[in-house]
Amino acid sequence: MASSTLTRPSLPATKAPARSRTSGREGFKINWWLTALMLVASLTVLLPLYFTVAMALKSPDQIGTGTGLAWPTPMNWENFAAAYVATNFPRAFMSTAFVTVFSVLGSLACSSLVAYAIARNWNHRFFRGSFVYLLSAMFIPFPVIILPLIKQTALLGLDNPAGVVFLHVLGGISFNALLYIAFVRSIPVELEESARMDGATTWQVFRKIIFPLLAPMNATVGIFAFLGSWNDFLLPQMMIADPALQTLPVVQMLFQGEFNTNYSLAFASYLMAMAPTLVVYILAQRWVLSGVMRGAVK
Amino acid sequence: MTTTSLAAEAAPSPRADFADSPVIRSRRRIDPTYYWMVVPVLALFAFFITLPALVGVFFSLTNYAGYGDWKFIGLSNYVNIFKDPAVLQSYIFTFVFALTTTVVVNIVALAIALGLNAKIKWRTGIRTVFFIPMVLSALIVSFVFNYLFSNTLPVLAERFGFTPLATSILANENLAWLAIVLVTVWQAAPGATIIYLAGLQSVPAEIYEAADLDGAGSFRQFLNLTLPLILGYLVINVILGFKGFLGTYEIIVGLTGGGPGMATQSVAMRIFSGFTGGDYSYQMANAVIYFLITLLISVIQLRLIQRRGVSL
Repeated sequence: MASSTLTRPSLPATKAPARSRTSGREGFKINWWLTALMLVASLTVLLPLYFTVAMALKSPDQIGTGTGLAWPTPMNWENFAAAYVATNFPRAFMSTAFVTVFSVLGSLACSSLVAYAIARNWNHRFFRGSFVYLLSAMFIPFPVIILPLIKQTALLGLDNPAGVVFLHVLGGISFNALLYIAFVRSIPVELEESARMDGATTWQVFRKIIFPLLAPMNATVGIFAFLGSWNDFLLPQMMIADPALQTLPVVQMLFQGEFNTNYSLAFASYLMAMAPTLVVYILAQRWVLSGVMRGAVK
Repeated sequence: MTTTSLAAEAAPSPRADFADSPVIRSRRRIDPTYYWMVVPVLALFAFFITLPALVGVFFSLTNYAGYGDWKFIGLSNYVNIFKDPAVLQSYIFTFVFALTTTVVVNIVALAIALGLNAKIKWRTGIRTVFFIPMVLSALIVSFVFNYLFSNTLPVLAERFGFTPLATSILANENLAWLAIVLVTVWQAAPGATIIYLAGLQSVPAEIYEAADLDGAGSFRQFLNLTLPLILGYLVINVILGFKGFLGTYEIIVGLTGGGPGMATQSVAMRIFSGFTGGDYSYQMANAVIYFLITLLISVIQLRLIQRRGVSL
């Protein structure tokens, strides 16, 4: 698998996802039956989302013993204010944003540097060995290292969001480097050579020439890192010792207590935690999908 | 390529006339900057990923409870694990769950990908909707479905007089795992769909025209043309999916918490319980066994891929 992905010289699907008709059959009429079927099928996604919004806008009385599917009148916008206070939303948001921003930046920087060095020194035993070492780690399931890892990070004082950033960056490096290496190989070495002739150092070549050329792959890696960090539950839950520094997904556990029956508050809080990724996705969906698609072709 | 460069490394003299060329020079003596790019990251990686794995193997041979004193007890933890019905049950649940989910996810994802790839109206909009689950937190999604399963569904079932669903399926020992499969499929299908879409778009449109001329129907075209051509993508989806589903954690936490009883406790959950449960070393032995099993599966999968000659 590794070798076949690495020898792939170009990325054919790079601009495919947006309105691609390449394998649709030209000249055929629009299939209305299939369109109707797809619309009905998309309700499986839309209904739970509608349900979340409807629940978030209900008062406890309106929830009562009903199905929860009815749209509430009047709508209770104050649920959001209450959830904002109950979960200390700004603090959880800042903590999540901290983890996400630095995980994305760290993943971009570390993975691309490693991939560049490995791809350009493929003939050298040390670099090829590093690659195999990084890849082999993909076979270690996370549950296997988690217990000793938590003890280790706690000893080092990394039982906080900064520690989570470390683990997000290092945990993703195998896969991200794999994506980058295939891409670096498609960049001709000649591009670098002229710069080196003019006296540019390897750092400068990387910063000024290679990194900008990696832009499409940066988008892909960035999107995966963003989604992975923002939505991660396992690592923050297990690593972050101070509850005040917890991230948004973990904070939602607050509503899972046995005696909690305030569902409207819970759903308002869920919605607020889901909103950022949802809004970013809707606004930049074409860009996000083409980025993810590029990762899928690997 | 490897041999020529090794020769150049070993015997640079015949090529001395090129020695000033930057390419040759960089091939022969590696710029230390490259080491600076790799070594710090590798060191951190070894420290945060490899070291814990080794420490874990070490403690699996002790009676360490997670705190206090410990001593070596050899392989007793491993022996005990093989005699522990609770561990066995978690392995059965995890594998049945992962297998079922892999099959369902791939059928659903392939169907969605075929639909999105066909000539339908409002394709962009429909595609946007189908990929929404990908960007949402699995845990929060599970909380939402938790309410749907335990409140909405029973109320609806009662209204329509359908008694089997009148109580929450999450409280049913035999059905709870199906709820977990359903939510996992909801969450994981978009990722697999993207891979299938990439596969379908790599299939040239001309071959369908030829098949149309030959009078092959849609179903035969799918079976005899599309499926073989995207087989590589199917293999990738099955491998990635199965491996991921074996480690399912968040969705179980959000839906059942491992219950009712221990009916839906996955291997990962059992291992995590070692952190607070006082059986740290025991769960580390469990983790080592889990690692060996997943490794075995990976090796078998890689062998199968190589034998079939499937590549992307």
